[in-house]
Amino acid sequence: MTEVLARLEGVTRAYQRGKERVEVLHNIDLEIPKGDFIAIMGPSGSGKTTLLNLLGGLDKPNAGKVTVGDAALSSMSNNQLSHWRSTHVGFIFQFYNLLPVLTAQKNVELPLLLTNFSAKERAKRAAIALDIVGLADRAKHYPRELSGGQEQRVAIARAIVSDPTILLCDEPTGDLDRETADEILKLLQALNREHGKTIVMVTHDAQAAGFANRTLLVDKGTLDFKEAA
Amino acid sequence: MKYFGFIWRSAWRKKIRTSLTILSVFVAFLLFALLSAIGYAFKGGADVTDAERLIVIDKVSLINPLPMAYKNRIAAIDGVESVTHSTWFGGYYQDPRIQFAQFPVDPYEYLALYPEFTMPPEQIEAFAANRTGAIVGEDLAKQFDWKVGDRIPINATIWTKSDGGLSWEFDLEGIYTTSDPRGNTSTMLFHYEYFDESRAFGQGTVGWYILRVDDGADPVAVANAIDAQFANSPNETETSTEQAFAQSFADQFGNIALIVTLILGAVFFTLLLVSGNTMSQSVRERISELAVLKTLGFTDLSVLGIVLSESILIMAIGGLLGMGIGWLLVQGMMEEMGAFLPGIFLSPAAIATGFAIMIGAGIVSGIFPALNAMRLTIIDALARG
Repeated sequence: MTEVLARLEGVTRAYQRGKERVEVLHNIDLEIPKGDFIAIMGPSGSGKTTLLNLLGGLDKPNAGKVTVGDAALSSMSNNQLSHWRSTHVGFIFQFYNLLPVLTAQKNVELPLLLTNFSAKERAKRAAIALDIVGLADRAKHYPRELSGGQEQRVAIARAIVSDPTILLCDEPTGDLDRETADEILKLLQALNREHGKTIVMVTHDAQAAGFANRTLLVDKGTLDFKEAA
Repeated sequence: MKYFGFIWRSAWRKKIRTSLTILSVFVAFLLFALLSAIGYAFKGGADVTDAERLIVIDKVSLINPLPMAYKNRIAAIDGVESVTHSTWFGGYYQDPRIQFAQFPVDPYEYLALYPEFTMPPEQIEAFAANRTGAIVGEDLAKQFDWKVGDRIPINATIWTKSDGGLSWEFDLEGIYTTSDPRGNTSTMLFHYEYFDESRAFGQGTVGWYILRVDDGADPVAVANAIDAQFANSPNETETSTEQAFAQSFADQFGNIALIVTLILGAVFFTLLLVSGNTMSQSVRERISELAVLKTLGFTDLSVLGIVLSESILIMAIGGLLGMGIGWLLVQGMMEEMGAFLPGIFLSPAAIATGFAIMIGAGIVSGIFPALNAMRLTIIDALARG
């Protein structure tokens, strides 16, 4: 039996827009097995990113329960969630979100500032992460000196440097050309297959979703949650 | 410390803006250092006074002389260890603009009461032995390139000689130094005896008395006893500590401390606006980056700390540069202007105040942007970025 890493039980998430209450996710149940690579697809506003945010402890449900590993995220304080994220989750964004004042190496080291590793150990681990994404020779470059694909690789190195349990990717190829996007997706695939990372990826791109083990559809209108593949 | 590199790089995100902010901080702290040193000089070195020395002046005014006959009566009061006197001469050297303090004193008594003034014993002997002898502090000697053996003419503005002349000539018999680096070595001391015999008026009077109280004696009780002794006499006295005397002397120039405080207040208020604006802009520009930090696991408090540290860092760079250059300039001023503005000194208290202002201004200018950064919610901030 496959071990379940993340579980959503009866999760509802609604936002107040003025006087109107907009329910983005309604009574969602989902289980994500450890070591899986899941793509989440759906139209804009359907709640894909909200789902990702809930899994990453960036947001809390109005109702229901979110559990990742042993952590019941929905009942944790903001501080507890911060500490949990620093060791259990790696985030990859559409626009890379690297810090422009830091070199690739220092960007990757950033999450390790929250650990007790020495400066030497942080540098060593960042170098390994950069090597995994194939950018060891760009360690001293600033984000402005890198291409979009290279920036996203640095972002992936930053996401994996603290050896998280789960990688959450929000449109990781949305800002890249097809060829570069495929390279990034192959890298994610390799992280899943060779390093056993559990990956949840939100995408609009069906071709990108094809790199995942399975695809889940979030339907905006009915909030039905269907397994597509 | 592990965050320092990150904070340092973040502070220099916009090099020109940060440089200009640091420049404004630099100017503010340079002014602070210079005005503090000048303010210290106007305080008349009140901080370097001796708590066990008391000064007796005329109750009505410092410029009213006291009878010489008071000396023995003061010496006879319980708790008085030793007593001497001094008088303001108020002359100038060569040009009326070149003024420094000159005091007619009793050589042995005066130097015994001011042990911080040090000079070779043979120079003390030579000074005491020569009726027209004088000694000067090393700052003054350096200022006019005076050497022992020089004959120094001082023109009187108050004390004409009995022959109607205004020029008093002195033989330089010694140059004293002081063991206290803040001490004033810009004065000239000469024989009271020569002064009293040669002046056209005021014989038998002195400007004020200086006394030291016995170990263990209560200075307040001694001061009260002295003033009681001369109560209802033609020359009632007011006895105070040397510090209070120096302060009241300084107050003749107006409330320099208040003026300095007002100028610096305006400077630092402007500085807070400039640096606060810099930090606000800096935070606004990197909303999404701050959200990324929080996403990575930085807590709200650590984000607050990072932004505040950045603000303090900018203030510290400019402040340390300003205080450092200010200190160097004050050293130069002590060399060049010591004779005209004795006691100019950047005191440890002023330096400590400078450091406190750096930290305080860093916190004040950074606190609101830092609180805004702390309150950012990740999802909203990522969406705005």
